[in-house]
Amino acid sequence: MKVRDVPQDNGMIGHYGQEICYAVNEKGRYQLTHSMGWDVKNVVNEQAWELIFLEIKKTHEKVINNKLSPLAFHMITNQMDPGLLGKYVSIAGWRVRRHLKPRVFKGLSDSILSRYAEIFNMTINDLKTVPLKIDIETLRNR
Amino acid sequence: MINIDFKHRQSAHCESGVTSNLLFHHGLDCSEALAFGIGDGLFFAYLPFIRLNNLPLTTYRCAVGEIFKRVNKRLNVTVTRQKFRSPQKAMDALDDKLKEGIPVGCQTGAYWLPYFPPAFRFHFNMHNLVVIGKQDDNYLISDPVFNEPVLCHKTDLMKARFAKGALAPSGAMYYLKSVPDNPDVQKAVKTGIKSVCKSMLKIPIPIFGVRGIKFLAGRIRKWPKKLGEEGAVNHLVQLIRMQEEIGTGGGGFRFMYAAFLQEAAIILENDKINPLSEQMTLIGDTWRKFAASGARICKGRAKANDTYDEISQILIQCADMEKVVYQELMELIKVR
Repeated sequence: MKVRDVPQDNGMIGHYGQEICYAVNEKGRYQLTHSMGWDVKNVVNEQAWELIFLEIKKTHEKVINNKLSPLAFHMITNQMDPGLLGKYVSIAGWRVRRHLKPRVFKGLSDSILSRYAEIFNMTINDLKTVPLKIDIETLRNR
Repeated sequence: MINIDFKHRQSAHCESGVTSNLLFHHGLDCSEALAFGIGDGLFFAYLPFIRLNNLPLTTYRCAVGEIFKRVNKRLNVTVTRQKFRSPQKAMDALDDKLKEGIPVGCQTGAYWLPYFPPAFRFHFNMHNLVVIGKQDDNYLISDPVFNEPVLCHKTDLMKARFAKGALAPSGAMYYLKSVPDNPDVQKAVKTGIKSVCKSMLKIPIPIFGVRGIKFLAGRIRKWPKKLGEEGAVNHLVQLIRMQEEIGTGGGGFRFMYAAFLQEAAIILENDKINPLSEQMTLIGDTWRKFAASGARICKGRAKANDTYDEISQILIQCADMEKVVYQELMELIKVR
């Protein structure tokens, strides 16, 4: 890649600065060059987020219809599954899966709820609720 | 307040950047590319049985932590590395070293680092950074993939150091203890080159090295039929992300290695290495061509030559070109 061809396609980096690329100058020597981003990377990153958002949307619907507990929504918006979440809150994965059931979740003690709330950096009240509407930008920029 | 006089040099990749910057701090001016080459960071493996985001893992570099370990071993640098059970003890140990004026490398989960652009925040636990200061409850961090040092609250750093999941860091921290005045850089470079050539050419397992690139090429051809259109796209997205999103400087680390080869030519006083650096640049360009074509397929904007068969052919081309480079490098290193 030549220095003059280093792409400057801003997208996933946003206003967070620039990344470094290795590119060849006119003398044929490598130098570090700044890049705002590459369209190709932005495209695949965007698609990965669309997939995540699709899962979030499905879960959100199930929570609204009382098929899953609010915990399911907070878990998936933090890109976790029961196994990973369980490791963070020191609760076995199978128990976390039970807490995804609305009936079971309602009966959880504050001490269990506070473990979940802490890892998600929210209050217990926030943990018990989900927003009525969701959009990818808000979730992505949390 | 602690503010260690540490030179923050922005890098393409975290582990090679941290290695290079820590060595620089201790008086050894090792560029990131040189660290990457000596640490034989360049690799390829297609690991369908290891899942990231429920999709196969493809790696374009060696195992995490190995670049740092190998560079220090080959340059006779002594290092202390610690892991912890208790997050509080891990933070206390970090504070102790900072008070002594010692910059400390930490392995972290990127998801919990607040200064990361949101689009990059996924659960991967192989991110490396250097802590170089503290002010009240905030740590000053030299994270090599960013322009400037950044601040990070202790709660966030603690969460990041104790991120859970695959390759969990467990508070891993490391710092250099001693650096020799005149390390044998020539020998280290030769060892690094031999090692990369061996791992890319000689591992008798089909998913590793040059064989692995061809193996993957064969798989890609079958993806649409085996996985359906959506499944094939998801796999391709993941592959391109592994190649370019993980801070590789382009082409799955190939450009960085080409830059290393230019330095190696000078260090080994062997200008026959320069044409191989040029070849490696072409190879990096070919990997990027693969990514660009793949992205068009993913976005539903495929042109005439953007098919799974065609991109599979591009990978075969990469494999063939890489094989020649490593074979010729092996010969050059043997002769001198």
